[in-house]
Amino acid sequence: MIDTQRRTLLKGVLGAVVIAVTGGIGFLKRALAAEWPKDAFAAKTVEDALKGLYGTAQTSASGSIKIKAPLQAENGAVVPISVTTTLPSVQSMAILVDKNPTPLIAQVNLIGSDSFFSARIKMGATSDVYCVVKSGGKLYSAKQNVKVTVGGCGG
Amino acid sequence: MARQTRIRTKVQDGITEILVLVSHPMETGQRIDPATKEKIPAHWIQKITFSVNGKEVAVADMGVGVSKDPLLGVKVKGAKPGDKVRVTWSDNNGESGEAETTISATPA
Repeated sequence: MIDTQRRTLLKGVLGAVVIAVTGGIGFLKRALAAEWPKDAFAAKTVEDALKGLYGTAQTSASGSIKIKAPLQAENGAVVPISVTTTLPSVQSMAILVDKNPTPLIAQVNLIGSDSFFSARIKMGATSDVYCVVKSGGKLYSAKQNVKVTVGGCGG
Repeated sequence: MARQTRIRTKVQDGITEILVLVSHPMETGQRIDPATKEKIPAHWIQKITFSVNGKEVAVADMGVGVSKDPLLGVKVKGAKPGDKVRVTWSDNNGESGEAETTISATPA
């Protein structure tokens, strides 16, 4: 009688420990996922990527965003892109390539830096390159078509 | 394997451009190894943080679409020669790296 009681007590304690540990790990995983916008980077379309990043895909075209990109890229594996904007209070900038398997390339949060971002990106095929700028809570976008002779995705 | 992280700064008209080059494969997870016919697992940098004198100025979230050996640039207003620029990055496999440099007086 006493023995069975001890067993149940032990099982109970063990169970509580297991729940506590797995719960803790689950919480850690969630915290990490929140830090890097996984859904946005896994999105297959520009709209879904923008929804994942900013919660909306509503952007207005702006002439104040300047994209510096080659009109024709010989090698899609390395396409130099840079973005500047004269829009005020820029919070973040994102670069997206329409025809890539996952369009979102990079997103930069500008905390104290100037409204500029440059990177070398991969392009699978000739496509529009979108630059989306978040300024004062609103989204503005600009695009430029880049012709790619040899794609940079896949083997 | 330690991956190289290099920073170059350029001051022009009071604006400092910070350029970072990290030697990293940036595997997309879509490439197929010709020898084994198996997919090469994705391996890419997820986050790069730029800071000047210990204060964060820009944080970039990156996907697999950034080229191999990423070269990224940001610009900072008001940074002076002698200020310390620090860049740290981390990838999806838990690897990370960092580099620090001092802004030089003469434009390099």
